[in-house]
Amino acid sequence: MLNRAFKLKIWALSVSFFIQWSRHISKKVHKCIYTHFLVKKKQRCRVLLLHKKYFCYDFNMLKMANEKQKIVELKNAVIRFAGDSGDGMQLTGNLFLDSTAIVGNDFATFPDYPAEIRAPQGTISGVSGFQINFGDKDIHTSGDLANVLVAMNPASLKANMNWITNDAIIIVDSDAFIEKNMVKAGYENNPLTDGSLTGHLLIDAPITTMTKDAVKELGLDNKSAQKSKNMFALGMVLYMFNREYHNTIKFFEQKFKSNPIVVEANKKVLIAGYHFADTIEAFASTFKIEPAPLEKGLYRNVTGNLATAWGFLAASERSGRNLFLGSYPITPASEILQEIAKHKQFSAIAFQAEDEIAGIVSTIGASFAGAMAITTTSGPGLSLKSEAIGLAVMTELPIVIVDVQRGGPSTGLPTKSEQSDLMQALYGRNGEAPVIVLAARSAADCFYSAYEASKLAMEHMTPVILLTDGSLANGSEVFLIPKVASLPEINPPIAEPNDPDYLPYKRDDKKLNRKWAVAGTVGLRHRIGGLEKEDLTGHVSYDPLNHEKMTKLRQEKVDRVADYIPELNVTGEEEGDLLVVGWGGTYGVLLTAIEELREEGEKVSFAHFKHIMPLPKNTKEVLSKFKRILVCENNMGQFVNYLKMSFPENDYMQFNKIQGLPFKVIELKDHITSLLNG
Amino acid sequence: MENVINTAELQLTKKDFESDRMVKWCPGCGDHAILKAVENVFPVLGIPKEKFVVVSGIGCSSRFPYYMNTYGIHGIHGRAAALATGIKLTNPELSVWMITGDGDSMAIGGNHFIHVVRRNPDINVLLFNNKIYGLTKGQFSPTTPQGAKTKTSPQGTFEAPFNPGELVMGAHGKFFARVVDTNIKMMTQVFEEASHHKGTSVVEILENCVIFNNKIHALITSRETKDENQLFLEAGKPMIFGKEKDKGIVLRGTQLEVVKIGENGITEENILVHDPTTEDAGIHTMLASMMPPAFPAALGVIRSVKSKTFEQAVWASVAHEKETSKLKSVDNLLRTGNTWIKD
Ligand code: SF4
Repeated sequence: MLNRAFKLKIWALSVSFFIQWSRHISKKVHKCIYTHFLVKKKQRCRVLLLHKKYFCYDFNMLKMANEKQKIVELKNAVIRFAGDSGDGMQLTGNLFLDSTAIVGNDFATFPDYPAEIRAPQGTISGVSGFQINFGDKDIHTSGDLANVLVAMNPASLKANMNWITNDAIIIVDSDAFIEKNMVKAGYENNPLTDGSLTGHLLIDAPITTMTKDAVKELGLDNKSAQKSKNMFALGMVLYMFNREYHNTIKFFEQKFKSNPIVVEANKKVLIAGYHFADTIEAFASTFKIEPAPLEKGLYRNVTGNLATAWGFLAASERSGRNLFLGSYPITPASEILQEIAKHKQFSAIAFQAEDEIAGIVSTIGASFAGAMAITTTSGPGLSLKSEAIGLAVMTELPIVIVDVQRGGPSTGLPTKSEQSDLMQALYGRNGEAPVIVLAARSAADCFYSAYEASKLAMEHMTPVILLTDGSLANGSEVFLIPKVASLPEINPPIAEPNDPDYLPYKRDDKKLNRKWAVAGTVGLRHRIGGLEKEDLTGHVSYDPLNHEKMTKLRQEKVDRVADYIPELNVTGEEEGDLLVVGWGGTYGVLLTAIEELREEGEKVSFAHFKHIMPLPKNTKEVLSKFKRILVCENNMGQFVNYLKMSFPENDYMQFNKIQGLPFKVIELKDHITSLLNG
Repeated sequence: MENVINTAELQLTKKDFESDRMVKWCPGCGDHAILKAVENVFPVLGIPKEKFVVVSGIGCSSRFPYYMNTYGIHGIHGRAAALATGIKLTNPELSVWMITGDGDSMAIGGNHFIHVVRRNPDINVLLFNNKIYGLTKGQFSPTTPQGAKTKTSPQGTFEAPFNPGELVMGAHGKFFARVVDTNIKMMTQVFEEASHHKGTSVVEILENCVIFNNKIHALITSRETKDENQLFLEAGKPMIFGKEKDKGIVLRGTQLEVVKIGENGITEENILVHDPTTEDAGIHTMLASMMPPAFPAALGVIRSVKSKTFEQAVWASVAHEKETSKLKSVDNLLRTGNTWIKD
């Protein structure tokens, strides 16, 4: 419990803030809020107290409160910036992120874009959000619920009420809470005054008015003057988290180099917001999060799609084979195509095909001609590519197919995330058509997954499907930048010119891969294609026994990849009652849940799969050590069924969420706890 | 790409391109003659034998790569154009030959066909048009004449057919030629021209399926009627045809018309002179559309317009970026934008 003295202290602080605040701000401009605050003084103070309690107890986030400095140290915090799609909330979030990086916190983010390109202004469907979770330890998720919400209009408040904690701090632009906007958002009463926000610390600042005021002397027109109001909110939040603003100003100076007036406007507004937050002392305390103990090195922020593209570029450079991407735009995978298209200086060719099929088939052609060939898509596109993947299986040419999974079936939920393409990746083709299947586990891991997928495809001469998902694709996290030379070597089995022993389907004894005889090489002319091929010679063959032999060889080639991938790791005890299992993009949230449960003293272990086909060699052994296995995934149970099929001897349970949304840490913890206690 | 290679030095012959596989097309099928013509052409192009890649989709004609001793890839139905594009973009030095049929490129691969033509990579498309599905045993195709009775159109088809040449023109194609499978000499000559053309060259081959659509092109190809129904186009020459060389094509108003030289005051002077190089495809389209009995079928190179190829444009951009980009390695790229050091 808070001691009595502390409570009183906060009470006193809260009262003093009104006094100070009224002293500092221009009476004319802020008369209305002033009155508003005075009228609601009691209520406001109560809210403030509740807020303190939140940081102290409910979320166990308090490490130390230095009352003198009024700086509360937190382990982590989640902020959600929300506004109309035109309000620049992605930029606001990213600028806050930059300052977070500078102080050395670990972080993860998730943008929440509107599904429509130009949704009506001021409506719920036009709300754009950006969430960031930052802390003084390893951060694996963008956070369940936000502790701080910045809402620039009524719609963004309404749209985000389910995404904040019960006692979150809410910063709103009170100027935007006019009748017209509230109707658009579907509010019958003003949420700022109808008591519906009780329990929150509400800071309803007239941001638009103060923004205009701050830039008055620049002589901007009304519309331009309002443009930088997001920077006012940013200034407030920077103050709140004890950040300095000089780097943000540096950003303005670079970004708007050609437009000094815009630099000046943003600068003035940012500083105004910062000082406003200081002046009103609305937060009673400010917050501080110590740097996370990250490994030494050079860092940056990456989204999953960016990391995927860069992983491929790195693999291309390291393998010495030009990158060819044949692809067709599709949400949420298009950014990979867009990124590769920027990098012709690395001889990387991004071919935007006329459809998904041409995308992959051009990729197969490029592979035949010796490129490191990849194609990128999402679920519906993977369906269209099925037949061509079979061709790559039959011709045993290396290609990588990236499926950035989204909600399905059919068009489904293009902007939402799901893990429901697993069975399609494993089996969605005619005939026996095994491929390697990998699943990236975080935004930064997309880099290594793309790299490994390329390495495995080329070294084992087989298609590889790399599964990521919408959450990884658009989410971002801290990325320790590697040196390309430090990444594992990639040595494709290129056939030498005039190799007298070359036969199209002669295999390596260990890997069972055939050689890559690049079209154009002297002395290796040969034909391949979709018809079954005779072992060794590669001649078309309808021989029944040859077909059985080749079918088994193709499978065994993929099975043997297990010798070239890492073993499965267990977090926690290596044997026990309950093993929680996940795969792909759920890694961060599952790990967070398990870590928290274990800190709380629960006995539970965790194993996460990145390699799906083949499974790591020790999978059977790992699973056999536990009485119960709980498989958590964002689908109806595709991975659990795959495990049941592969290792039927174990006792499996499943926990699934199919809402187009990632798991929350809290719901995983609740479920696991109920199993442990039940 | 433009390497001048002395053909004599290469000393290639037909033998260099003959595969050891047994050719399994039906006896009498037009495909055999086309294979011969291609075997005639490859050795004389001045291209080293390992630089040829023959790609195909699915269908009788698409078995072609297996019958040539080159690099070859037999793809999936309709998608040869995409295979060819990927190969050519990756290695512009390769001489890429795409073998396709009327089902493969006009039906299931119709989309890829128009797009490859639009993009104009330097590939040679040999379109075997027998106006029927042979490999699946006799169903109508998108080029089957309207009303034709086939296994899947027992009452006759209800659909208007495609004319491949019109699609090429519609997609702003730069090269279109038409030949008949009964004339190896004509095929050899036109394939060679197609190969020398930089860009996508489409050659429609009126090919006979003896089994399922025998004599479908008989009006154009049979000894008795061919002279009256074939107009072999040559650049700079008047469009004259007929056994007696007494017929010609004139432009009347906006339409082509068949006239008899010597009648109604028509002289050779009045006959249209063929120019395959005009950017405007108006006349070329009309020529491609001509069909017996009202007109002779236009054969030879109908359109051949110079233009930049797709891969030239792409690789020029690569060269430009290499020269101007500040990013010299992926290490540079990973360090662009906002980075910070943790020490
Ligand atoms: S079915 Fe027709 S097209 Fe096919 S090989 Fe026989 S004759 Fe030729």
